[in-house]
Amino acid sequence: MSSPILKLIAQRVALGLLLLLAVSVLIFAGTQILPGDVAQSILGQSATPQALANLREELGLNDPAIVRYFRWLGGILTGDLGTALSSRQDIATAIGGRLWNTLFLAFWAAIVSVPLAILLGLLAVRYRNGWIDKTISGLALASTSLPEFFVGYLLVYFFAVKWQIFPGISTVYDGMPFLERMKAIALPATALTLVVLAHMMRMTRAAILNVMQSAYIETAELKGLSPFDIIRKHAFPNAIAPIINVVMLNLAFLIVGVVVIEVIFVYPGMGQYLVDHVAKRDVPVVQAVGLIFAAVYIGLNIIADIAAIVANPRLRHPK
Amino acid sequence: MSNELEYMSRRVAAGKLNRRDFLGRAAALGVAATFANSLLASAAKAEGPVKGGILRAGMQGGAATDSLDPASWSSQVPYFFGRQWGEQLVQISPEGEPKPALAEEWGASDDAKTWTFKIRKGVQFHNGQEMTPADVVATIERHSDEKAKSGALGLMGGIASVKANGQDVVFELKEANADLPFLLDDYHLMIQPNGGKDKPDAGIGTGPYKVTVNEAGVRLGGEKFANYWRDDRGFADQIEIIVINDATARTSALQGGQVDIINRVEPKIVNLIKRVPGVVIRNVAGRGHYVFIAHCNTAPFDNNDLRLALKYALDREEMLDKILMGYGSLGNDTPINKAYPLFTEMEQRKFDPDKAAFHYKKSGHSGPVLLRTSDVAFPGAVDAAQLYQQSAAKAGITLDVKREPGDGYWSEVWNKQPFSASYWGGRPTQDQMYSTAYYSKADWNDTRFFREDFDKMLFQARSELDPAKRKAIYADMGQIVRDEGGVITPMFNDFIDATSAKVGGWVDDGNQEMMGGYALSKCWLNA
Amino acid sequence: MLDLKRIPVTAWIGLVLTAGFLICAIFAPWIAPYGKGEIVGDVWAPASGQFWLGTDNLGRDLLSRMIYGARTTIFIAVMATALSFSLGSILGLTAAVVGGWLDTGMSRFVDLLMAIPTLIFALVVLSVLPSTLVTLILVMGILDSTRVYRLSRAVAVDINVMDFVEAAKLRGEGKGWIIFREILPNALSPLVSELGLRFIYAVLFLSALSFLGLGVQPPDADWGGMVKENKDGIVFGIPAALIPAAAIAILAISVNLVADWVLNRTTDLKGGRGNG
Repeated sequence: MSSPILKLIAQRVALGLLLLLAVSVLIFAGTQILPGDVAQSILGQSATPQALANLREELGLNDPAIVRYFRWLGGILTGDLGTALSSRQDIATAIGGRLWNTLFLAFWAAIVSVPLAILLGLLAVRYRNGWIDKTISGLALASTSLPEFFVGYLLVYFFAVKWQIFPGISTVYDGMPFLERMKAIALPATALTLVVLAHMMRMTRAAILNVMQSAYIETAELKGLSPFDIIRKHAFPNAIAPIINVVMLNLAFLIVGVVVIEVIFVYPGMGQYLVDHVAKRDVPVVQAVGLIFAAVYIGLNIIADIAAIVANPRLRHPK
Repeated sequence: MSNELEYMSRRVAAGKLNRRDFLGRAAALGVAATFANSLLASAAKAEGPVKGGILRAGMQGGAATDSLDPASWSSQVPYFFGRQWGEQLVQISPEGEPKPALAEEWGASDDAKTWTFKIRKGVQFHNGQEMTPADVVATIERHSDEKAKSGALGLMGGIASVKANGQDVVFELKEANADLPFLLDDYHLMIQPNGGKDKPDAGIGTGPYKVTVNEAGVRLGGEKFANYWRDDRGFADQIEIIVINDATARTSALQGGQVDIINRVEPKIVNLIKRVPGVVIRNVAGRGHYVFIAHCNTAPFDNNDLRLALKYALDREEMLDKILMGYGSLGNDTPINKAYPLFTEMEQRKFDPDKAAFHYKKSGHSGPVLLRTSDVAFPGAVDAAQLYQQSAAKAGITLDVKREPGDGYWSEVWNKQPFSASYWGGRPTQDQMYSTAYYSKADWNDTRFFREDFDKMLFQARSELDPAKRKAIYADMGQIVRDEGGVITPMFNDFIDATSAKVGGWVDDGNQEMMGGYALSKCWLNA
Repeated sequence: MLDLKRIPVTAWIGLVLTAGFLICAIFAPWIAPYGKGEIVGDVWAPASGQFWLGTDNLGRDLLSRMIYGARTTIFIAVMATALSFSLGSILGLTAAVVGGWLDTGMSRFVDLLMAIPTLIFALVVLSVLPSTLVTLILVMGILDSTRVYRLSRAVAVDINVMDFVEAAKLRGEGKGWIIFREILPNALSPLVSELGLRFIYAVLFLSALSFLGLGVQPPDADWGGMVKENKDGIVFGIPAALIPAAAIAILAISVNLVADWVLNRTTDLKGGRGNG
C-alpha cells in the first residue's frame, strides 16, 4: 500500500506549499488594501507631511508593491520575518515565544477534548436515544452555545475568585516551572475544551449512526459481537472521514481562533498578538502571523485528507 | 488596656518591637488576635510607609506593540510604567501645582519668554551615570525633532532653543508662555541618558524602579533602584504590571488577590464591587470628558441653531446616571471644568426639548442627523449614543446612530466625519486644552472651530502673567465655545481605580488615573 | 406520511420551543410590551411584575429586547446557515462525484479561503463592501461554507466508492441523479448534525463581528450582542446577561433536538432498521 500513498502525500504536500505561496500573495495584497496607512498610524495624528514622507522612504513604502512583495518573500524564505514597525523588535524572536505558548495551550486543550469528545460520542451511540445520549448531547450543546467569554467568566468566578483553586490570570513566562505552567493554563484549557467539545462529539455520534444502518453491521450483530465491539471495530473505522475533518477544524480553531479566551485569561498567545498589530497596522507582523495561521490550516487540511484516504481501503486502492 | 496596646502597636510599626512579641502580649491582655492584627494595620498606616514586598497592578491599555521609547507612548500601560522608571523636570502635584522633580527650581523672565530651570545634582541614571543638564537638553531636542516621532512634538513647537548653562537649562520661547512648567510635566519628556538619542527604548531613567521585565502587552516589571535620590517614593522592593484589557478579568484578578491595584473599574459595577470585602474603590474627579463633536464648517452642522438644538436635546443628567452611574460630573459644552486652574462657573445647560425644537425649526434642517459612534470612542459610547437618540426624539429630532468598527475608528472616523462620539483626556491647563483642540490651526481641532477672535484671546491669555486678567479671558473663551462651538459635552468622567485593602499611601490625584500615574511608586503594601 | 403519534417526546419539545422562538421573531412588534430602544426603568432592575425579565444595562425592558432580538438573531443565523449549507454541501458533493481537476481546484480554493485569518478577511471585505446586512450574511455564509464543503466532500468521497453508487454509475445514471439520489441521502446524517451546530455558530459569530462594525446596528440587538452588553454583571450574578445566554442555549438544544429527530427519520428513509 505504501507507494501510492507516499506519492499522494508528496503530491499533497507540494500542492500545499504552492497554496501557501498563493496565500502569501493574498495576505500581502490584503494588508495593502486595509484602510489606514502604516506611516500614518506610526506617526499618529500630528504627523507633518514631511515626516510622513521621510518615514515612507525609510520603510521602503514608495517602491512598487511587486518589488516589496518579493523582498518580503525573499526574507521569509531565508528565515527573516523582518522587524516590527511599532516596537522595532525582531519579529521571528517575538513570535517564537507567542507561538510556543499558543501551541502549548492548544496541545493540552486538544489532549483533553478530542479523546473526551470521541468517547462521549461513542457512549451516545451505544445508548442512543436513551437518557445518557440525551444528557451528553444536551450538556455539550449548552456549553458550546454559550459565548466563549461567558464560559470564561464563569470559570474565573468560581475557580479563581470564589474557591481560589486556580489563578484567573494565566500569564506564563519563560523559565516557569512545568507544574506552575500547567496550573496557569488549567482554566483557559478547560474553557476551550467546553467550547469545542460538542462539535466533535455530535459529529462522532452522527457519523457512526450513519454507518450503523449498513448490512455489515447487521452481520456483525448476528455474529454475536457486543454492541461496543461493533461500534469500535466496525462502525468507527468506517465513519472516520467526517470525524477527522471536524477534529481538524477544531484543532485549527484551538490554534488560530482563541483570541477571546486569551484576552479573558490574559494568556500571551498568537491571537492577541495579531489583534494588537492589526490595530496598529504593523503590516510586517500581520503578514507573518497571517502566514503562520495559513500554514496551520493548510497543514491540518492535508493531514485530514490523507488520513481519510488511508482509513478507507476502497480509496487506498482506487480502481 | 487599649492605650497600652495602641502604644505597643505603634512601637511595632516603628520597628522597635517585633510583631510576635506584640501579639503575645496582646494575647496576655486577653485580646483576640484578629483585633490585635487590625490594630497593627492601622498603626502602620498612621506610622507611614511599609517597605518591601511586591506591588502589582492589573491594567487596561497595553498592547504587544508597546515600546519603552517615551516618544512613542500613547496608551495607559507604557505611560504608567514610564512614570515608575523615568522622571521629568517638573511633576504636577495632586493639587494641580507644578512641583520640582529633576529641576530643583525655576523662574521666568518678566516677559515669560525666557525660562531657567536649575537641574538637580547627584541624581543617577539606572546605568550608574550621573544625570546632567546636557542630558536634559538632549531629551528636549530629541522630542522637538520630527524624526523622533514624539507624541510631545506639538508641545515643543513653541520652544525656540534650549541650552545648558552650568547647572541650569535655559529655554527660549517663540511666544510668551506662562505655563511652561506645566508643559514639562508631559509624560513623554522623561529625561534619558543623552536624551535617548543612542537607544530610545533602553528603558533607562532616574525613576525609583529599574526595568527588569519588558514583555510588551503582557507583563512589565521593575525592581527598586538602590541609588534613587528621594525617599518619599519607591517603597515596594518590586513592582509588576500585568496587562489585563478585559474589565471583568481585571476586577476578578483583584478579588482573587493576583493584583493589588487595578485601573478603569467599569462604572456599572462600582456599586456591586463595593460590597466585596477587601476591595476599596478609589475614585477621583478628573479633567477627562466624553464628547459628541460636530464639525462647525460642515453642513448641516455649520448652522449654529442646529448645533444649539443638538446641545439642548441632550439629557446630560440621564447620561451621567446611566453611563457613569453618577461617577462623574455634568458637562457644559466646553472642555473645561472646575478641575482646571482659573475656571469660571457658567450657567449649566439643561435638557430642554422645547428649546431644542425651537432651534431645530429655526435651523431649517429636516431629516435625520447621522451620529457615528463606536465601542472604542469612550466606554459606553454606543449606549450613550442610544440614550442621545432617545432624548433627541423627544425634541422631534431624529438621530441615526451608526456603530463604526472599533478598528480604525481613530484614523477613519474621529476628526474626519462631521458628527461622532469621542473622548478627551484633558490637559493640566486651559491653555493646553484649547491649544490642542480649539485653536484654528491645531491638528486635533476636531470640531473644525475656526475663530480668529478666539485664537487671539488664546494667545493673549497665554502671555498674561496676571491670574485675574487671565481668568477673565478664559471665562469669555469658555462662553464662546459653550454657545457657538461644535463640542457637545455630556459629562466629565471620574477616574475609578480599585485597590485591595492592604494598599497604603493612596491619595486622590485627579491629574490622571492611578494616582496621576504614581500609584506603584507612592503606595505600599501593609502587612 | 407524518404520523404525529410517532414523534418522540424530545422532538416535540424541540419543535414546540423552536416554533415558540419563531413566533416571537415574526410577531415581535405585537408581542413585546415595550419598544426595543425605549428606556423604561433603572439600570439592571430585577425581574418584577412590570418587567418580567428585569431591565438591561441602559434600563430597557429585557423581555422586549429579547423578543426583538429573536428576530434579528434567528433571521440572520438562518439566512447565513442556509447560504453556507446550500453552497458548501452542493459543491462538496459535486467535487466528490466529479473528481479530477474540478475537485482539486475547488478543494484547494477552499483551503485558500480557510487559510486567510478571519480578522484580516473581514477587514478587507469591509474596506471594499459597505457594512450592510447583506454583506454580513454573505461573509458569515461564505466563511462557514468552506467548513461545510470540506465535511460534505469527505463524507461523499467515502460513499462514492460504495457498491450501490458504482451500480448506479454502471446503470448509466447522470451526475445529478448520483449526487442527489444516491449520495445525498446517505450523507445526510453527518450533514444534518453539522447543520444544527453551524446554526449555533452563526448565532455566536454574529456578536463577535459587531466589534468590526459588521454586526447589527443599535438599537437593534442580537442575543449574543445582548450577552455582551450586559457582560460586566455576570460575575456579580446580574441575570441580564444570563437570560440571552440561556436563550441561545435553549435555541441550540431545541434546534438540535429537531435535527436528531430528522436524522432518525432520514435513516428510516434509507431503508435501514427503523429506530424510532
